[in-house]
Amino acid sequence: MLNPYMPYPVCIDEIITETEDRNLKTFKFVFLNPGDEDKFSYRAGQFAELSVTGKGEIPIGIASSPTEKGFVKFTVNKVGLVSSYLHSMKVGDIMGIRGPLGNSYPWDTLEGKNVVIIGGGFAFTTLRSSIIFMLDPANRKKFKNINVIYGARTPGMLLYRDELAAWEKRDDINMHITVDAVNDPDWKYNVGFVPAITEKKAPNADADTYAIICGPPVMIKFTQPVLDKLGYGHDHIIMSLENRMKCGIGMCGRCNIGKEFVCKDGPVFTLAQLNATPREY
Amino acid sequence: MKVIKIDKNDWAGGIGKIQSSYRLYGPVKGDAFHDFKALEKGELPDLNFFNTRVSPKSVVYPQSEVMFEYSLDEKDAEHHILKDAAKDYSPKAVLGIRPCDAASFLLVKRNFDTPEYKDPYWIRSYEATTFVGYACNNPCSTCFCTTAGSGPFNEEGLDVLLVDEGDCYYAKVITSKGENLLNAAGWKTEADGGAPDKIAALGKEAGSKIGSSVATDQLKDKKTTELYEAPFWEDVSFACINCGTCTYLCPTCWCFDIQDENSGCSGVRMRNWDSCMFPLFTIHGTGHNPRGTKLQRVRQRFMHKLKYYVDKYDNGIQCVGCGRCIRSCPVNIDIRRVCDMMNSYDPKACACPAK
Repeated sequence: MLNPYMPYPVCIDEIITETEDRNLKTFKFVFLNPGDEDKFSYRAGQFAELSVTGKGEIPIGIASSPTEKGFVKFTVNKVGLVSSYLHSMKVGDIMGIRGPLGNSYPWDTLEGKNVVIIGGGFAFTTLRSSIIFMLDPANRKKFKNINVIYGARTPGMLLYRDELAAWEKRDDINMHITVDAVNDPDWKYNVGFVPAITEKKAPNADADTYAIICGPPVMIKFTQPVLDKLGYGHDHIIMSLENRMKCGIGMCGRCNIGKEFVCKDGPVFTLAQLNATPREY
Repeated sequence: MKVIKIDKNDWAGGIGKIQSSYRLYGPVKGDAFHDFKALEKGELPDLNFFNTRVSPKSVVYPQSEVMFEYSLDEKDAEHHILKDAAKDYSPKAVLGIRPCDAASFLLVKRNFDTPEYKDPYWIRSYEATTFVGYACNNPCSTCFCTTAGSGPFNEEGLDVLLVDEGDCYYAKVITSKGENLLNAAGWKTEADGGAPDKIAALGKEAGSKIGSSVATDQLKDKKTTELYEAPFWEDVSFACINCGTCTYLCPTCWCFDIQDENSGCSGVRMRNWDSCMFPLFTIHGTGHNPRGTKLQRVRQRFMHKLKYYVDKYDNGIQCVGCGRCIRSCPVNIDIRRVCDMMNSYDPKACACPAK
């Protein structure tokens, strides 16, 4: 019997400090056992439990894309016991990864469609995975227009800044980067909150256009009315939730919203699904 | 259906024989209450009880259980890599489990044994266990098993059903696992042909003594969001002190926590029973808590048992009617009352009393 609680042993290969407040670091892991990478076959939007031996596990969205081989990447905010300890770890340290867990963004549904990605703050990790996945030469033709609205408090709080700049230069993806406020006179992107930029930049709704929203509750709260105004149906608004988790496989009982477990039945739900369930997230 | 007759004079001897090939658990009287314990060699289960204070779920699912071991010493070749903890899945048997409690394992199994994931600890422990039930000739006043999918002589989840018949026990063989245990005990005398009728009559009599009930027929058709927003949760949860006694005693509560515990340069990853009554159960790292108030937590407990479970598995409520939470609740919250409120809830009905 496979033990779903047993993590794959991994080694920290690289650590990148992402943001100016140094609270977000990206960890690149390589699997210690050959073969484990194949077993950890994932889709963009899934998450994993990062297992810091002696401290515990944390559920974190996978930031690397299935099209990137040889490693997996996670961007972790320093918040609690495990994430704080992880931030003090160094390249070469051994830990574990358990997963992949949860569903993913609905790639079968999204194929052949326009995709609007709306992200805020550090909830951009699985969105990065999705963008890299869609822009892969083997995949790009499977999707129509790709629009990305991504905001952070300041330029220095944006994740993956080099990649954002590279995507800005491409003509097969429309980037709308924004910050809440900026002092830099050379800032050449948008200034304003994500909902306001969404209202200006997001394409109007149609049956072939899906919005994926990932961000802090306040951003989601004010972006949803904008999408309603633009005519997005609630089955065309896709959201990724977070809740406290332990098992990650729908057994330990804490992350449920109604009868659905965020860990196993989610973390990705359409707004139409969420409308039918208690909002306990 | 084979029925074995066990003369009470042969009881102790048979149990001694069982213990040579099974780890045995049974009800034992403490200072004031019976609880299920591992029986020492020669120790007999005390069947002079209504039911135990805590359910026997720990026989399969210990309150604390080590899952993995690890070394944090970088001099060890495999430091920081989890290793399976040693486990004993040799045969065990629980003697004297009440039918409601035995049925609870079938409900809990739906959580731990799923098409996508198998919890190896729960499943292997469950499979190693032989369940010898003890029919309830005299149920308690808080029992409502007959309307909660079980009953005082219910056989679901059992391998053998023992029925007290004065000088002897009738042992109704339900599975081959149960027959093996009876053979190991040397209990082989078949009861006379009248035994099945006698058991049925006793069962009927016991069923008629169950004095309370729940109505569950409407739960499935209720809208989740409407039940969730019902005004009665304020009243139901008002007196609750979130002590967690209900979930601790409950045979069908399975929620758990996972923690790493270190001692020097080594440690274990273990799991412990947890409870939806506690705010830490759901609190986010940021401090945000989706079930931060006691109303939300009390509602979660009842909605899980009586609505979410019903919808998820389409196989009844997540409750077997043992009545433990009713007997032990310090503020008299009664699941029977809550179940009836949910079952009869009509959001369109005026909440104000008629003038």
